[in-house]
Amino acid sequence: MRRVISVIVLNEHGVLSRISGLFAGRGYNIDSLTVAPIPESGFSRLSIVTSGDERVLEQIVKQLHKLIPTYKVIESGEFVEKEMALIKIPLNENFGGLDAILKAYNGSVANTNENYIIVMVADDANRIDNFLKAIKKFNPVDIVRGGSVLMDI
Amino acid sequence: MKELNGSQMISEALKLEGVEVVFGYPGGAALNIYDETYKQEYFRHVLTRHEQAAVHAADGYARASGKVGVAFVTSGPGFTNAVTGLATAYSDSIPLVLISGQVATSLIGTDAFQEIDAVGISRPCVKHNYLVKNIEELPRILKEAFYIARTGRPGPVHVDIPKDITAAIGKFEYPKEINIPTYKPTYKGNAKQIKKAAEIIEASNRPLLYIGGGAIISGASELIREFAKKTGIPAITTLMGLGVMRDDDELNLGMAGMHGSYVANMALSESDLLIALGARFDDRITGKLSEFAKHAKIIHVDIDPSSISKIVNAHFPIVGDLKSVLSELMGRINAKPENFEKWREILARYNSLYPLKYTDSEEVLKPQWVIEKTSQMVGDDVVVSTDVGQHQMWVAQFFAFNKPRQLVTSGGQGTMGFGLPAALGAKWAVGDKPVINFTGDGSILMNIQELMTSVVDKKPVVNIILNNSFLGMVRQWQTFFYEHRYSNTDLSIQPDFVKLAESFGGVGFRVKTKKEFEDALNTALKSDKISLIDVVVDRFENVLPMVPAGAAIYNMILDDKGQK
Ligand SMILES: Cc1ncc(C[n+]2csc(CCOP(=O)(O)OP(=O)(O)O)c2C)c(N)n1
Repeated sequence: MRRVISVIVLNEHGVLSRISGLFAGRGYNIDSLTVAPIPESGFSRLSIVTSGDERVLEQIVKQLHKLIPTYKVIESGEFVEKEMALIKIPLNENFGGLDAILKAYNGSVANTNENYIIVMVADDANRIDNFLKAIKKFNPVDIVRGGSVLMDI
Repeated sequence: MKELNGSQMISEALKLEGVEVVFGYPGGAALNIYDETYKQEYFRHVLTRHEQAAVHAADGYARASGKVGVAFVTSGPGFTNAVTGLATAYSDSIPLVLISGQVATSLIGTDAFQEIDAVGISRPCVKHNYLVKNIEELPRILKEAFYIARTGRPGPVHVDIPKDITAAIGKFEYPKEINIPTYKPTYKGNAKQIKKAAEIIEASNRPLLYIGGGAIISGASELIREFAKKTGIPAITTLMGLGVMRDDDELNLGMAGMHGSYVANMALSESDLLIALGARFDDRITGKLSEFAKHAKIIHVDIDPSSISKIVNAHFPIVGDLKSVLSELMGRINAKPENFEKWREILARYNSLYPLKYTDSEEVLKPQWVIEKTSQMVGDDVVVSTDVGQHQMWVAQFFAFNKPRQLVTSGGQGTMGFGLPAALGAKWAVGDKPVINFTGDGSILMNIQELMTSVVDKKPVVNIILNNSFLGMVRQWQTFFYEHRYSNTDLSIQPDFVKLAESFGGVGFRVKTKKEFEDALNTALKSDKISLIDVVVDRFENVLPMVPAGAAIYNMILDDKGQK
C-alpha cells in the first residue's frame, strides 16, 4: 500500500544519508523522496512516498523517530500532495488538444526553443500519472518527475 | 575560558566524563591525539594489538562496569578494523564512544592516503555518529557523544575527527547541560498502560516473565527478583538476560530459545501472558513466529519504541525505563504467588521430564562438565566472558549466573573473537575479581594476539579453550542438517596452544582429565599472568536441546541418538 510521510529533521550534515540509509538497510521501498530546509529554522523537511503494509509503516515511523536528528514524523491525517513533472515534446508534433490537457491539469508551457517545447504540471502523483498517459500521444522525448512534496492539513 | 587544541579537548572531555581507561591503536591521522594521550594524566591508554580488539575491550569494560567504554583508532584501516566491534556493541545496546582519526579536512574527498568514508561505514552500526568539521563544535559533540551513548537505549557512538582539527586551537567550554531538541528518551511509562498491565497480570492464569538484556542495562535486576517473588510468576531469560534471576531461584526456568531448556520453551508455548522486560524477540528465541507464544497476550516494556511490535504484536506496550515502569507496577499489583500455583506445578513437571543434562564420561572430558566444575570452583565473585559457538551455549546452560553483569557475551551478532579482548576490558572494570573467558579452538584464533596486551598491562585473565578440534557449532549443524558433511569445519591440525601462551609471556596448560583440569584451573586462578587452558573435550558433543532453525520453539531435538 502506498504511504506518504513527512519528516522534520535537524538540518545538519549527513542527515539525508541517515534517512535514505535507514530505508536501504532495512529493505523499505522509497518511491520518492524530496527534501529542503524549512525557512528560518534549523530544520529540514522531507517528504517521503513509500509502500508497505501497516506493520512496515509502523516500523518505518518508529525507526525514523529513533534517528537522533529526527524532530517529528507526520504520517497520519490528511496531506496536500503535489508532485511536479517536466515533459519535453518535439516541436514537429501535432499539438491539437495539448492546451485542453494542460488546462485540465493546471499545467503550463515552461520553455521552448527551435526543437522542443517543455511543459510542466504540478499535481498529486495519481493525477500526474494520468497526465502522462494523456500526453503520450505527443510522443514526449523526456519526462522528469520531481517526487512528491507534502503538507499536512 | 581555556584555549585548547582539539587533542587536549578530547583529554579534557574524557576527564570530565570520568573515563579511566581507553583502549586503542595509534596511526598517522591519530598522532596528535596520541601525543596528547602521552602527556595527560587522566586516563590510562591500553594498547591492544588490533583495533577490533580495542573496541571489544571497551565493550567488555562497559558490560562489566555499566560505564561508557572508550576506544581510539586511526583513519582508514584502523577504523575499518573497528567496525566489527561497533556492530557487536550496537546489537547488544552497549554504551561506548569510538574516536577515530580522519585525514585533514582539506584532504577529505580526495582519496588521500588512509582516507575512508568512516561515518558512511559506521552509520548502520552505531546509535549515532559525527564527522567533526570545525574545532568550535568539538566540545559539544564530545559531550553529546557520551550523553547519547549512555542514555535511552544505550549504544555505540562514533566521532570521526580530521587530523587538522585535532591540532586546531579553540575555546574549550564543555557544555554542562545537553539539549538535543530531537532526542528525548521516554523514561516514565504511561500510567494508564501500567495500570492496565497490573489488571491483566492479575487476570491471567499462566503469566511468564520474559527477561532480556535490557533488564541488566537498566539496572532493574533487583526489582525483577522482587517482582517475581511478590507475584510468584516464573521467569525465562534470554542469553543477554542471564544473571538477572539467581540461577537457583525456583522461579527461574532458565534460558529459552534455540538452545533453551525444555521447560523454558514449553513455558513460552503454554503461557497465556508474556511479560517481556527489555527483551527484543530475537529469532533465536522466537523460533517459528506463527507458533510463538500462540496462547499469550503480550505486555512489552522497553525503552526503545521501535522494539515494540517489531517482531510480535504487543497487546499492552509500555515505553519507558524498566526500573521506573516496574517500580510503578509493583505498587499497583495485588497478584499473589498462590494464584499461579497450578501453573508452577505444570512447569515443575516439565522440568523434571527433561532437565538440562549431559552424559558424563570418564574416558573423555565433557565440555559441560568443565563449565559446571569451573562454576563450582569459582563461585559468584567472577566475571565470565565467552566467544561464540557451542561453548557459549554450554556456558549459558551450565554456568550458574547469580548476578547481573556477570556474563559478558556477544548475543546479537555472535562475534567470534570477542571473548579474549572483552575479558581484558572486563578485567579493567572489576579489578581483583577473576575474569574467565570460555572460548573455542576456532574463536580464540580470531584475536589471540591480545595475549600480548594482557601480558604487557599485567591484566591476567583465565582462558579456557573447550577444544573439540572443530568449528563445533557449525559442525553440529552439518551433523544434523547436512548429513555429516563437515565442510571446512575440521580443525584437527592445530597450533600448540601451550607454547603459544608461553611465547607471549603467559602460561599454558593442556589437560585431558578431570584432575588435570582442576589443577590447571587452580594454578591459573592464582597466576599473575594470563593463562590458556587447552581442554581436550569430546569432539562430537552436541548442544541440546536444539530447535532447528525455522521450527516452532516447542519442537526441540532432545537427544542426539545416532547423530554423533
Ligand atoms: C566472526 C564470525 N565468523 C563466523 C561465525 C560463524 N560461527 C558461529 S559458531 C562458529 C564455530 C565456532 O567454533 P569454536 O570457536 O571452535 O567454538 P565451538 O563451537 O567449537 O565451541 C562459527 C564459525 C561467527 N559467529 N563469527
